[in-house]
Amino acid sequence: MSGIAQLSSVGTLPPAPPVASGRWRRMVPVAVTLAAATALAVAILVYANPAPPGTGAFWIIVQARLVSLGTILLVAVAQSVATVLFHTITANRILTPSILGFDALYVLSQTALVFLFGVSSTGMEGIPKIVAQSALMIVFATLLYGWLFSGRRANLHLMLLVGVVLGIAFASTASFLQRILTPSEFDVLSARLFGSISKADPAYLPIAGLIVAGILVYVWSRRRSYDVLALGRDVSVGLGLRYRREVVVSLVLVAVLVSVSATMVGPMTFYGFLVATLAYQFAPGDRHADVLPLAIGIGLVTLLAATFVLRHLFSAAGLVTVIIEFVGGTLFLIVLLRKGLR
Amino acid sequence: MSQALTTDTPGAPARRRGRPWALPAAVAAVLILLGISLSIGAFDILGDEFGSEMFWITRVPRTLALVLAGAAIATSGLVMQVLTQNRFVDATTSGTTEWAALGLLLTALLLPGIGLVGKMVISSVFAFVGAMVFMGILRRVVIRTTLVVPLIGIMLGAVMSALTTFLAAQFNLLQMLGTWFLGSFGEIVRGRYEVLWVVALVTLGVFLMADRITVAGLGKDLATGVGVRYEAILIGGTALVAVAAGVTTVVVGFLPLLGLVVPNVVSMIRGDSVRSNLPWVVLGGVALVTLCDIIGRTVNMPFEVPVSLVLGVVGSIVFVALLLRQARGGTK
Repeated sequence: MSGIAQLSSVGTLPPAPPVASGRWRRMVPVAVTLAAATALAVAILVYANPAPPGTGAFWIIVQARLVSLGTILLVAVAQSVATVLFHTITANRILTPSILGFDALYVLSQTALVFLFGVSSTGMEGIPKIVAQSALMIVFATLLYGWLFSGRRANLHLMLLVGVVLGIAFASTASFLQRILTPSEFDVLSARLFGSISKADPAYLPIAGLIVAGILVYVWSRRRSYDVLALGRDVSVGLGLRYRREVVVSLVLVAVLVSVSATMVGPMTFYGFLVATLAYQFAPGDRHADVLPLAIGIGLVTLLAATFVLRHLFSAAGLVTVIIEFVGGTLFLIVLLRKGLR
Repeated sequence: MSQALTTDTPGAPARRRGRPWALPAAVAAVLILLGISLSIGAFDILGDEFGSEMFWITRVPRTLALVLAGAAIATSGLVMQVLTQNRFVDATTSGTTEWAALGLLLTALLLPGIGLVGKMVISSVFAFVGAMVFMGILRRVVIRTTLVVPLIGIMLGAVMSALTTFLAAQFNLLQMLGTWFLGSFGEIVRGRYEVLWVVALVTLGVFLMADRITVAGLGKDLATGVGVRYEAILIGGTALVAVAAGVTTVVVGFLPLLGLVVPNVVSMIRGDSVRSNLPWVVLGGVALVTLCDIIGRTVNMPFEVPVSLVLGVVGSIVFVALLLRQARGGTK
């Protein structure tokens, strides 16, 4: 409001708000979450380290833990950016790519690749492999969800239910194919599919990091376009945005981010939803400049805290995703019911 | 909503009259399927000297189990759909089976020596609690659009199964959990399938209560008005569903979406009369589960793919088709 009032040429100007303090106040939630995330990260690195601090052994253990820290960082960024972006282009805050079965689709496309081409398809390693796999998934995801959101079926609940059931279909088909694979093929596949935070593959980290960082820079540089995009199709077109192109590009980016995250820790259905919902709740504004950093921060805190608690208090490091499913699923149910109760 | 259940089937006139051969033909088709199920397997029952013995030890119990479980799950799906006044509700989309699995896990943790009957009772009780929780939530929610209700149920199921997975992982029971979540008839042999006759009683109970359940499905006021004890029927119907879900989870495992697909396809073809559809739902349930089991047994001989995976693929595809079909009907 104050911004508009200042623009009017007549009348007395309201006292200008202290710009600096306003900006600082906007930064508070982000700063708090990032500080918490840093504290948790340090805690994960050094807590319960059996070697005395400063010795060589101490640093070796810290280094080993750095790998899982890097995984957490990438997954948190990928999932939160993907979910916020997806919410923006679909103009709603309930559907998330994972709930709609993106993750399951990724697992299915991996399985189908091994099923159709056998282990030989793993002959090509490194970047070409990742590119080929991701391309398959991206094309399919863009086509499928582009069709689902093409506007004629604009019923939110219908899309949600169709997406959920499609997720079940993908997951069942993938498990079905996995059962038919020969044991050696299944071995290759499961090594490729079922990562987890506690045993992430360090070789994949640099490539994934590069991809996620690149997308993050792109999305951040276009954050103002996304603010417009969130206003819906008509407004965006009226303001000179190439709407269809933006949506398709964003869908592709979302597919890439989700496939990166799914490769590293496997499917997490409700994590993105949890993070994005909390971010909207605590963000000082609706702009992507406010929401995106906070979502990333909250994503980091959630994942780091879950990892820390489970690893050091329950010694069940493999179950981080299960816990997040439980909390996120409950939150989803509550949001769904509250919308229904209104 | 209740109107939607009884009249909302565009393009599906009741074809009861004029086709007296339809039901016998369907029975014959199911019998042929069952015959195929009896004759498939890695063991050569005709050539080997132990053939007939093997036949009675594994093939017959397995086929009977298919019949019993298929009929019970399909009819109990129909009961849930009528009671919740929603086409897209069954044990899978209401979280009921996940509660049954939680009950089963708790018996394994706390009362490991309880035996098969005790397990069935406890997991049925949990399934009943789960179904009641689901119905309780539905009563509290104001907007009960056809699509939100199954969503709530699926999410409830996801939360429960995350809880169960966590508990199981804490106590090293994940593998056991895997066998419950993946329904399979592969381990059904003589001496293990007999308890499934309990669910035959469920099917029978549904037949006996069909009319009252239909009336209860029209809503509390109307049901009370025509002299039906609404609460009693609601609890009785839910109990039938819970027993079917609990017992099949213990003996076979999950049979996802079976109770959703069969009644919907039947009412798509025949219209929405519950009682005259019941035989068809029973036949359809048996046929679908047998067909999926045959696919699961033959596709990767001599290994088996659990029937629940085949059902999951078939069921979810049909479910999506039903959803899109309704969406098209709704926009008219």
